[in-house]
Amino acid sequence: MFEPIVDKLKTALERLADPKVLEKIQRLPTRVNEFGVDPFGFNPEFVKYTVPFVCALYRHYFRVRAVGIQNVPDGRVLLIANHSGQLPFDGMMIIASCMLEREPPRMVRSMVESWVPSLPVVSWFFPRNGQIVGTRENCRLLLEREEAILAFPEGVRGINKLYSQRYQLQEFGLGFMRLALEARAPIVPVAVVGAEEQTIAVANFRAGARLLGFPNLPIPLSMPLLGPLSMLPAPSKYTIYFGKPMTFEGDPDDEDAVVEEKVKQVKGTIQRMLRDGLKARRHVFW
Amino acid sequence: MSSGDTHPRPARTAARRRERPADMRPLVITGISGNLGRLLARRLHTRFPIVGIDQRPFEGRPKDILHYAIDARRRKAEDIFRHHQVRALIHLGLLHRPTRSGNLHRDFNVEGTVKLLEYCAKYQVPKVVLLSSAYAYGARPDNSNFLTEEAPLRGGEEYPEERALIEWDIYAQNFLWRHPEIECVILRPVHVIGPHVRNAPSNYLRLTNPPVLLGFDPMVQLLHQDDLIQAVLLSLEPGRRGVFNVVGPGEAPLSRILAELGRRPVPIPHFLARPLLSRLWKLGLVNFPPGELPHLRYQCMVDGRRAREVLGFRPQHTLRETIRSLLEPPS
Repeated sequence: MFEPIVDKLKTALERLADPKVLEKIQRLPTRVNEFGVDPFGFNPEFVKYTVPFVCALYRHYFRVRAVGIQNVPDGRVLLIANHSGQLPFDGMMIIASCMLEREPPRMVRSMVESWVPSLPVVSWFFPRNGQIVGTRENCRLLLEREEAILAFPEGVRGINKLYSQRYQLQEFGLGFMRLALEARAPIVPVAVVGAEEQTIAVANFRAGARLLGFPNLPIPLSMPLLGPLSMLPAPSKYTIYFGKPMTFEGDPDDEDAVVEEKVKQVKGTIQRMLRDGLKARRHVFW
Repeated sequence: MSSGDTHPRPARTAARRRERPADMRPLVITGISGNLGRLLARRLHTRFPIVGIDQRPFEGRPKDILHYAIDARRRKAEDIFRHHQVRALIHLGLLHRPTRSGNLHRDFNVEGTVKLLEYCAKYQVPKVVLLSSAYAYGARPDNSNFLTEEAPLRGGEEYPEERALIEWDIYAQNFLWRHPEIECVILRPVHVIGPHVRNAPSNYLRLTNPPVLLGFDPMVQLLHQDDLIQAVLLSLEPGRRGVFNVVGPGEAPLSRILAELGRRPVPIPHFLARPLLSRLWKLGLVNFPPGELPHLRYQCMVDGRRAREVLGFRPQHTLRETIRSLLEPPS
């Protein structure tokens, strides 16, 4: 029924894509089976169709500048970043910079919320682009396969924070540190400067969130004017700082207090990187 | 709990039994008249004497196979264990084919198994192989991509039809831990398909216009019927014990599997699918139980590492061969 439309869309998208970028996608290290997917449902062929859209956002909308991208090592690694902006464009841009700017390009897997597979379209769109549900077993398996994982330890506390809390790191979960200790994986601290201004959320409509079953329901400033479109990000300029890899040693099943000490080091580093990044920035939009 | 369970015999007896000339002791296969049972019996009857238990007639039965057309819940089934020194029980006699009345399912599956395992404990059967299913884990949005044998069995939370299987599997695990003197193997294979198989997933994949859920395309694991037989044979080897996921050669999105078979799927919005299918199922108009719907929406994939390492299981068919086996006519 939809096939002719889908085919036309595919050829159009393929024509849109930058050949240099397509060549990078070809070089992504993946292990796919005879049906073109890896065990987690990632299909490098499919990325060809999403990449023109991501590229446009990366180069022309957010005009991302990636600093220290070569700090992302080969082999297993956890990228730990600050989370903000109501919609996860920060994650998309971190993944894009590792694909577009790093040499050789790397596929970064981000961890999505466990309710994402219950949404139509998104449920298959995310896995085909390499994103997976963030359970501990999934992370463990990916690190064993020497893959790169992107995690936001702030979770929804971070992405849904209000404009007044911008660049203040919220409470970090401890799970990522336990994973890194277990897999002996280095942690690369990542600071995203610019995403925290993309949506100006002034209030959190708790009753509405409960009604809809969402974790939070932030109300952007432009809501009365733009309605639901106000959730879309403003074109603030992104600068993504990749810090030097940090390695930790210890028992992954240690008490919370012990693990928390290590988490604080990572959090402190990211907060410092954010502060320096903000100082170096000239303006929100350029 | 039966007396056999509370007073297990000393391990010495079991050891002595194992020392006897092994060749004469028969293998008991329940559900032998089913498609899998017949395949398994044909593979095994030249190597071991075989006794089959199944109410259904056994078509094309090789002459050296003894077949008792009885229900495992009947007292007569105990006589089989009393009179033959059973080498091993392979319990395939589960109603995997869905029925419209859930009760029959439960009575037959759970009570039948309780009885059979009671006899195994009482008559010191050294080996028990139980065929469960990866369905027990349930297809859910928050599933890890590859569930290990330790993952909780949550298949029955939404669909009561699936609960009998969970109850069955948990009972089987209890038996495994309560009877260390018996080598009990529980196999949890992923969707088994093949030219002879008539279970819900293979029936679904045989449809020319299978319904799919609009906007959902889960990753699916499939296992060829011959590979399942292979896993059962490996479980019979002495020393093998425990719960094992049995995974085929790989995984693919449902849409790719349907495309490989040349099917033309009909997309249905997920919020309409369940009420629609439940109605049609109750009226007997479709051959696809509503309990299968989550498998069209979420993934239920398992980690087969343990079977690979402990049983030495390697699927012999590639994924493409496994899928295409549905296009072969049953021989």
